Amino acid sequence: MESSRSQGSGRFFGSRQGTLMAVVAAFFIYPFVVGDYHIDIAFFFGIYALLGLSLNIVLGEVGLFDLGHAGFYAIGAYTTAILNTKYGIPVLLLLPVSAVAAGLFAYLVCSPIIHLRGDYLCIVTIGMGEIVRLALINNPLDLTGGPNGVFGIDFPSLGGIFVIDSPIKYYFLIWTVVALTIIGLLRLQKSRIGRAWNCIREDEVAAGSSGIDVRHYKLLAFMLGAALAGVAGNIYASKLMCVSPESFTFWESCLFFCIVLIGGMGSIPGVLIGAAAISLFPEILRPFAMYRMMFFGIAMILMMMFRPGGVWPRKRGEGAP
Amino acid sequence: MGVFFEQLINGLTIGSFYALIALGYSMVYGVLKLINFAHGDFFTLGSYIGYTLLVFAVSFITAHFGLWGGLVAALLVAAASVALVGVFVERVAYRPIYPAGRLPAVVSALGASIVLQNAIMVIWGPRYQAYPAALIPNVHLQIGNIHITLLQILILVLSFALMGILYTIIQRTTFGAAVRATALDRDTASLMGINFNRIIFFIFTLGPALGAMAGVMVGMYYRQISFAMGWNYGLKAFTATILGGIGNLPGAMFGGLILGVLEMFGAAYISAAWKDVFVFLILILVLIFRPTGLFGEKVAEKV
Repeated sequence: MESSRSQGSGRFFGSRQGTLMAVVAAFFIYPFVVGDYHIDIAFFFGIYALLGLSLNIVLGEVGLFDLGHAGFYAIGAYTTAILNTKYGIPVLLLLPVSAVAAGLFAYLVCSPIIHLRGDYLCIVTIGMGEIVRLALINNPLDLTGGPNGVFGIDFPSLGGIFVIDSPIKYYFLIWTVVALTIIGLLRLQKSRIGRAWNCIREDEVAAGSSGIDVRHYKLLAFMLGAALAGVAGNIYASKLMCVSPESFTFWESCLFFCIVLIGGMGSIPGVLIGAAAISLFPEILRPFAMYRMMFFGIAMILMMMFRPGGVWPRKRGEGAP
Repeated sequence: MGVFFEQLINGLTIGSFYALIALGYSMVYGVLKLINFAHGDFFTLGSYIGYTLLVFAVSFITAHFGLWGGLVAALLVAAASVALVGVFVERVAYRPIYPAGRLPAVVSALGASIVLQNAIMVIWGPRYQAYPAALIPNVHLQIGNIHITLLQILILVLSFALMGILYTIIQRTTFGAAVRATALDRDTASLMGINFNRIIFFIFTLGPALGAMAGVMVGMYYRQISFAMGWNYGLKAFTATILGGIGNLPGAMFGGLILGVLEMFGAAYISAAWKDVFVFLILILVLIFRPTGLFGEKVAEKV
């Protein structure tokens, strides 16, 4: 998509545009030709895409190892679940609230640890994610429902007139959010902020000495990534109508990490491919029954062997690693 | 005071499990700068191989070598077979990916972990398995009002012996010096005539073997094992590695022991449900104030 502009080749421009149109058209037609089961698969593809995009800001754009991203996702989901079930606030209204809550949480926990580098930051984010999950299990202040979680979350609705209550409506909700996010992130990549992020990723010391406030931009990346994960949490909570701690394990964080790396760090089309791989592979491999996760693991190893930079790596001109 | 010392012993026991597993993480990290996510599953695999041997072969072996012979055989066979698997995983899943850099290797390691974990589930089934009861006579040692079981003593003695052996190899032998040199600077070490592949072979034999022995001991201590337990122990052991200073072997040992003791004291004096939160909070606090771990050296960032 973006590469067509930077390559500046008129010949490819038309065909890329055509491909994009075809993909968009396929997305509109798809839910009308398949059953609910397959719409739901595409919905979860969308959720993983959104989560992949959110982690891509932290991991792909700035190069910060975040293996606790499920913690932010959980904060968003539980904010929605608790405020909706206890206080009856409409789910759609809670979408920005969840984003702000997750972003604020990221600001609070990341401020003291943002100076850590590489693997040390990685382990601290793992610890943060685990603390969130364990805290949810332990049911502080009787809010989170312990291991059972919170259930009975409403459908999102626009003033009670238009209620999002069917798989197809959820499909369009999540993919609208994903599309808006992609447009926003593509603009962000070109902006001063995006360039500062990439500069920090390439060389932190050089970035600092050329006047970029490294700490500020790193925190901004964490907050923005967390806020998007919070949005994903909001939609996920209302779709499942319940949330429980086992949806937000370290394993989920690892999956998000794989989405970004399989697709190609910092590449938005790459994240979509990675999310497709992570959410669709287990479905495709279903005939292998109990062996399917084994094949999934083998596929991950093979992919890194043959495409170590990801399936759709970002072009050098766009600030690729 | 009785409770204090008993919790200390309990903490040291589980701490020595963490320490043994942490050594594997730390060695691989020191030499390859790779977080070996499959390491927790080497531990689980060792536990399951030990389980099979103790359930199906123990009567045969004990008939010939006695109970202790049977236990030693189970430990050694588990360690040797997991070492083989470790070398195999390194050859197949890691070696082809080294040239691509560190992050693809992380994904590959996660892939290897998924494969191993699910292979264990396919072979032994998804349910919990129970280690045979009371292999070790259930004898208590009593000092004042402190009870220590024979099993705990054996675990502590064996783990400390294994850690001592590894420490001696790394710090006192020429080969250990080669390992340390490779960890310090791989290219220079190669130029000095150190065979990098032999170092890799060494760390991917010893690390998984130590993990496997920890697995057998965990099986005997808790008597219940599951195919997914590698994640939890792996995460704690990795935490211990960081706590001690990553790539620093004595640091990993102390990190493991400290983590185990903290966990037990947290469970006894604060809250059993919040003990893991307590552990991770300590980790974060340590890293905020000592960003390279308790025993890590200050390393200047390369500019």
